[in-house]
Amino acid sequence: MNTTVTINGAAYSADVEPRLLLVDFIRGNAGLTGTHIGCDTTSCGVCTVLLDGTPVKSCTMFAVQANGRSITTVEGLKQNGQLSAMQEAFREHHGLQCGFCTPAMMLVGTALIEENPDPSEDDVRWGISGNLCRCTGYMNIVKAIQAAAEATREGASE
Amino acid sequence: MYPAGFDYLAPQSLDEALGILAERGDEVKILAGGQSLIPMMKLRFARPGTLVDINGIPGLDTIDIQNGHVRVQALARHADVVRSEVIKQENDLMAGAAPWVADPIVRNLGTVCGSLAHHDPEGDWASVMLALDAEVVAVSKEGVAHFHPGADGEQHIGGTRVIPIQEFLVDMFTTSLHPTELLTEVRVPRYERGGGNYQKLERKVGDYATVGVATHIELGDDDRITKAGIALTSVYAHNLKVKEAEQALVGNAPSEELFAEVGRIAASACDPASDNRGSADYKRHMVGLFTERSLAESVKIAQGGQS
Repeated sequence: MNTTVTINGAAYSADVEPRLLLVDFIRGNAGLTGTHIGCDTTSCGVCTVLLDGTPVKSCTMFAVQANGRSITTVEGLKQNGQLSAMQEAFREHHGLQCGFCTPAMMLVGTALIEENPDPSEDDVRWGISGNLCRCTGYMNIVKAIQAAAEATREGASE
Repeated sequence: MYPAGFDYLAPQSLDEALGILAERGDEVKILAGGQSLIPMMKLRFARPGTLVDINGIPGLDTIDIQNGHVRVQALARHADVVRSEVIKQENDLMAGAAPWVADPIVRNLGTVCGSLAHHDPEGDWASVMLALDAEVVAVSKEGVAHFHPGADGEQHIGGTRVIPIQEFLVDMFTTSLHPTELLTEVRVPRYERGGGNYQKLERKVGDYATVGVATHIELGDDDRITKAGIALTSVYAHNLKVKEAEQALVGNAPSEELFAEVGRIAASACDPASDNRGSADYKRHMVGLFTERSLAESVKIAQGGQS
């Protein structure tokens, strides 16, 4: 089935089986391996991408469902060659240990502060509750997302 | 993990979808959010020959008030219910339960109607809808032949059926939806002076309930309970509406003693299994405690303590 998905602004087309999972379209067809596969059972959230701005688990969606729609992966976070505020904050606050959950955490964080520009610690913890960090490095992930929110607020008011 | 192969169809109108169902209903599964269906297909517990993706059908994602009911249509996501002003103002039990369903990312795709049609015996929405005496609306192209026990047997029903939730939920993973029918909405009656809430014990976000209790109560002008709904999650072979507990409430004034008694009724009605989420005794104890706690909270909301 002919399927075209816009990923990070670029269109990727392929003739795919309907059962091809979106995550494998992103990694295999588009060659964007920043989106990871963890549990493959809708539990861990490391395959999270933004579908028209909304976080979804790409292991639990077929590529054909994304036909004609727009996806953002971790590779699409940088802006004009610069790290986004979320990426910068993860770097600054050491919001990662092994790094496996990081792409998803940054995408979920990005969508979260878009909806809620000033999230409390509880809001952030609730917001990332669909994403597991096997290193249990949540403290700095929460700090990083809150710092990114603050930086974005300051950037907007300048 | 990969599901078995299937035909994928994405109708762009309700008519088109119903036409496909009329033609090949027996082999079709409807794909709305897919957050339960796709995992089951990947594990090959489900092997539909045809997947009918209804996400392209316009006008099926509304949450609104119609004819004295709050209506949630087939493509309204759990996250839409969490954010809905209509739900916040109209239905405390639904508003209270929505943030406890699955996890925030699954809630962005999964739907209320899909959960009901899937009817996982440990799902949260079925308990909510049983407590609220909801109805679902099922449509089909030609109508369906329907067997009415006690009536004249087989009867032909027109293209739209309104099914009380208790008749809809037949048994685990089984509903009274006909293979040619599409569930288009679930609706719950509005109320004047009432309150409700959902108590869920879960080991971690996204897990099934260890124990879940949904309560809804309505109060008359004299502060007596005029209507009560209680349903339990994960402590029976399916979501359990505890009618005896509901009846014990109606006509009485709310009190701690009454709620404790109703908690005991609910605890004795359930039949939990011991598993890695807890022992049967523990779960039964929690049903009693949660029922008591949930009723107190529902009454507080109904009396205007919190909305």
